[in-house]
Amino acid sequence: MENIRRRLSLPFEENFYAGHTACQGCAAALGLRYVLKAYGKKAIFAIPACCSTIIAGPWPYSAFNAPLFHTAFETTGAVIGGIEAALKAKGYKVKGEDGIMVVGWAGDGGTADIGLQALSGFLERGHDGLYIMYDNEAYMNTGIQRSSSTPYGAWTTNTPGGKKHFLERRHKKKVIDIVIAHKIPYAATASVAFPEDFMRKLKKAQRIEGPSFIQLFAPCPTGWRSPTDKSIELARLAVQTAYFPLFEYENGKYKINMPSTKKEPKPLEEFLKLQGRFKYMTKEDIEVLQEWVLREWEELKKKAEVFG
Amino acid sequence: MPIRKVMKGNEAAAWAAKLAKPKVVAAFPITPSTLVPEKISEFVADGEMDAEFIKVESEHSAISACVGASAAGVRVFTATASQGLALMHEILFIAAGMRLPIVMAIGNRSLSAPINIWNDWQDTISERDTGWLQFYAENNQEALDLVLAAFKVAEDERVLLPAMVGFDAFILTHTVEPVEIPDQEVVDEFLGEYVPKHAYLDPERPITQGALGFPAHYMEARYTVWEAMENAREVIKEVFAEFEKKFGRKYHIIEEYRTDDAEIILVTMGSLAGTVKEFVDKKREEDVRIGAAKITVYRPFPIEEIRALAKKTKILAILEKDISFGSGGAVYADVGRALINEKERPVVLDFIIGLGGRDVTFENLEEVVDIAEKALGEGVEEEIHWIGLRKEIL
Repeated sequence: MENIRRRLSLPFEENFYAGHTACQGCAAALGLRYVLKAYGKKAIFAIPACCSTIIAGPWPYSAFNAPLFHTAFETTGAVIGGIEAALKAKGYKVKGEDGIMVVGWAGDGGTADIGLQALSGFLERGHDGLYIMYDNEAYMNTGIQRSSSTPYGAWTTNTPGGKKHFLERRHKKKVIDIVIAHKIPYAATASVAFPEDFMRKLKKAQRIEGPSFIQLFAPCPTGWRSPTDKSIELARLAVQTAYFPLFEYENGKYKINMPSTKKEPKPLEEFLKLQGRFKYMTKEDIEVLQEWVLREWEELKKKAEVFG
Repeated sequence: MPIRKVMKGNEAAAWAAKLAKPKVVAAFPITPSTLVPEKISEFVADGEMDAEFIKVESEHSAISACVGASAAGVRVFTATASQGLALMHEILFIAAGMRLPIVMAIGNRSLSAPINIWNDWQDTISERDTGWLQFYAENNQEALDLVLAAFKVAEDERVLLPAMVGFDAFILTHTVEPVEIPDQEVVDEFLGEYVPKHAYLDPERPITQGALGFPAHYMEARYTVWEAMENAREVIKEVFAEFEKKFGRKYHIIEEYRTDDAEIILVTMGSLAGTVKEFVDKKREEDVRIGAAKITVYRPFPIEEIRALAKKTKILAILEKDISFGSGGAVYADVGRALINEKERPVVLDFIIGLGGRDVTFENLEEVVDIAEKALGEGVEEEIHWIGLRKEIL
């Protein structure tokens, strides 16, 4: 037990309690556990209406051993801005080595779609806070509807596929590029399959003043029609196939963490074939998505080369 | 010593905010309220106000930031109007349900369509069910005073509800009047520092706020808002009494004017009360037994006060700058609710008037009196009357 703890180098203290109400294999719940490990009671959370509203538990229960404010769907960016302003007015140190962390935790729909304006305001105004978008690539809490973060070829309940229209036909919106366009000090992607990398990024987000943003890849077995014991594997494959590469943007500089830029990423099909949501894709569809992934990967590598 | 300054209604509201010393202000520009945050920006820039001013990207975010800040336990102020208030609608419920004593100044303005920037009360009236206290000012002095009183009521432990203070677009927001600015020390004594004793977001004390309420609990949570609003009735009286002691100006939940032997009482709110009182004076000279009543506190609705008023007269004529399509004026409905089980009650008529900034003239008010007198003699034909409609362009 001691050895395992040391090898994982994660804080032992749990501030996200058992008894939460996430589905089996929910990577968002795992993500919350890591964030609460990283900041513990040094954080105040705002969560909009999303899966995490449910996961945190209904009144009078709470899985959070940290202050938590439940807010409306599109307001995360604005609410954490307000909390940060109030804490500063009260004389708290916000962010920095021992500072209080104000954390917005919202899904892809609450970030890429309905909450995009409030997110932009939060970033542009330079609040000292952290916005984490846990990306499970659809509106899962309402019952698996596509969001602008849903990938090409995915089945969802409103891209069901039929005689005239076939599944999701748009590529995944690159929210992190929109975030970076605000020229904030720190933005990163992270994955539940690489908790140490995630933890390091959380700590960095705490140290760096100003707004930070982390897009956390969070498989959803319920919505992805994937086995509940495959969430970590899927998250890992998303990185290894360069479908969801891990990188950091820090003060104008890009740094790719994973996968290796020296060799070819794994074929995308390895990631796709474990998920029921992609099972209706034809060979041509898979080619379209594979091509898109590699083009995006090339673009990111170029950015890291030029602005490394 | 209090000083007197000539200022616009918007400035009066900004001065009230300055005196109340909120720690966070979040606001977005909108006609006719823009000058309130503008003036506050100047106060902050000059170091006269020690507040974090968040220049948000929408009214929705303005009220959301206010909610976040208030939930973290500090005094919070904002201002808006019209479409801005409508955009906030969703979050207004949250502010009340989470028992956050935010105070908001509103330059009462119409709602689109058609787009119109002038005065009526449709914006605040449409938010009457959100759980916010509502005050309406007759003049710029009242705008300042009621903002201060609103903070005191809102933050009272028996209430803990947000409050909006309405003052009419342009008629008050952009009109200059002499306003007495109270001494800071006296305001400090009156309001005190806001130190929440209830749950708030405190890094030292992890608490979850606003968790999912199942059917087994939701109704009780809503009931506490009802209860708080009921408690506010007594608290408002106490606060108005203390206000008079501290600042020398007396406020009433309903202010009556020459109602004693009145057969007709014109009931209204906001700046229209000024016009109506002057009209009453004129009619009294013509020996018409008429009076006026001004509703200063619209939420909680002054049910007992309306009942007492009703006992004095044969006709209550409600003059209001709002309309609930398919029903009638909102104030009319509320007055009806107050009187429905009274054994004896006057005739109550509704007059929709002055929408979208249309001037309310003595000629209009004469028409109101004519209709009221006719109803008194011949009985009620119609209950809802649109006054001053230009039928020739319909």
